[in-house]
Amino acid sequence: MSAVMISRKVTRKWEKLPGKNTFCCDGRVMMARQKGVFYLTLFLIIGTCSLFFAFECPYLAVHLSPAIPVFAVLLFVFVMAMLLRTSFSDPGVLPRALPEEANFIEMEIEAANGNVLAGQRPPPRIKNVQINNQIVKLKYCYTCKIFRPPRASHCSICDNCVDRFDHHCPWVGNCVGKRNYRYFYLFTLSLSLLTIYIFAFDIVHVVLRSVDSGFVLVCFFTLWSVVGLTGFHTYLISLNQTTNEDIKGSWSGKNRVQNPYSHKNIFKNCCEVLCGPAYPSVLDRRGVMLEDSSSPAPSDASAASTNKGSNPVSQTTKSSAPLIPNEHTPDEAKPGIGAGTQKSASSPKDEKPPSPTSPNAVAPGVIKESTH
Amino acid sequence: MATEFHNLQELRHSASLANKVFIQRDYTDGTVCKFQTKFPSELDSRIERTLFEDTVKTLNNYYAEAEKIGGQSYLEGCLACLTVYLIFLCIETRYEKVLKKISRYIQEQNEKIYAPRGLLITDPLERGMRVIEISVYEDRGSSGSSSGSSTTSSSGR
Repeated sequence: MSAVMISRKVTRKWEKLPGKNTFCCDGRVMMARQKGVFYLTLFLIIGTCSLFFAFECPYLAVHLSPAIPVFAVLLFVFVMAMLLRTSFSDPGVLPRALPEEANFIEMEIEAANGNVLAGQRPPPRIKNVQINNQIVKLKYCYTCKIFRPPRASHCSICDNCVDRFDHHCPWVGNCVGKRNYRYFYLFTLSLSLLTIYIFAFDIVHVVLRSVDSGFVLVCFFTLWSVVGLTGFHTYLISLNQTTNEDIKGSWSGKNRVQNPYSHKNIFKNCCEVLCGPAYPSVLDRRGVMLEDSSSPAPSDASAASTNKGSNPVSQTTKSSAPLIPNEHTPDEAKPGIGAGTQKSASSPKDEKPPSPTSPNAVAPGVIKESTH
Repeated sequence: MATEFHNLQELRHSASLANKVFIQRDYTDGTVCKFQTKFPSELDSRIERTLFEDTVKTLNNYYAEAEKIGGQSYLEGCLACLTVYLIFLCIETRYEKVLKKISRYIQEQNEKIYAPRGLLITDPLERGMRVIEISVYEDRGSSGSSSGSSTTSSSGR
């Protein structure tokens, strides 16, 4: 059955991802659902720069220097590249827990909470961890069914947990998180430079030619907002904080925990945020989903599980698929165990471990990780 | 142990999944990717503690190498910025290279150590770098009376 060539369209994993993102270019582009403000951003940047190139650059190139428009073009290209990179990339979305993992966590929680009397509200699901000698609370996400890693937060607009969540930016049409924060910062920084540049040469142009100064006014207002935003994010980077933490006041105030992620050195903080490694996406949007038939039939799925990629909905054994060399059919591969032959087609699917097996196993030591 | 599997193929076809153990992240050093080396009790009679700890420690070292902030990461970052990040279309980032090493390491560990003991490690990358998932298999032939019954999932099996 694995030899049958299926001539239908291949389904990629992005098509089945939960959450409210939109995907383009067969999963290469990932954005939020509402893109209206992003188009406005594009329009404003491209529109302003076009006017600048059309009306002012010819004069400036001839009367001052041709380097002026050239530098403007380079800066404009950089701004657009950073904007598109921020908007189109995965901000660091954490995939939701598969059923076994979710059950495992539930068991831990139940074991840690003990018996809750009927009518009583169960205690909030919080895990305490110790990071650099500070106690940090990890909250449980009911949507994604995981304890959020430190600094992660759930974006309600995109309906995803995002690692090192900064904020959801409608101007770029995407969340800003671990993977695209530096591009976002470079975008605001380069946009500030571009706006200042255009503003400065507007003024020069106006002065030299005594022309109408309406354009200058638009630049002036844009300038303050963009430069202000860049300044704010520079401040956050130097303290190694996210916008989310700043708004919630996580690390401010005497009686609250001090920021455990800061290196207490502005240079080191900047280096970590801007020059850190390029984190890979854990979503595997373009992986091929296994589908032998229309229904995600467990029996087929496991037999075909030797293909790469794993169906996020279905089971366990496929997760190990990439590690196992490709097998032809169940029959030839099997050795002497007779019972194995028939069962191999419908193998481990049905054997879902009935959930609460050993609640006492791991729970108590794991929930409270801070050293007492 | 009665559950002896000689290679991964046998494991897939003649064993049934009994349980899964999830090794959680260790956040004591911050947000770097690091897994707990605490030995889960379900694996008590399936694998030696030292082997397990070695595997997790090696994985932690690999991740630390990938996330190291130093000369090489600065160079990569600056070069990428200068080329407007187009260079990543041509070359692999250091992190991706290390992830490939990790994937090969896990496969090798599975083949040599874990599959013969009826266990299988899943690459954390497939679980969002949140957990190391270890699948525990039991031989179908020896139903119920499997000696490796520290997997006290005796409920269904």
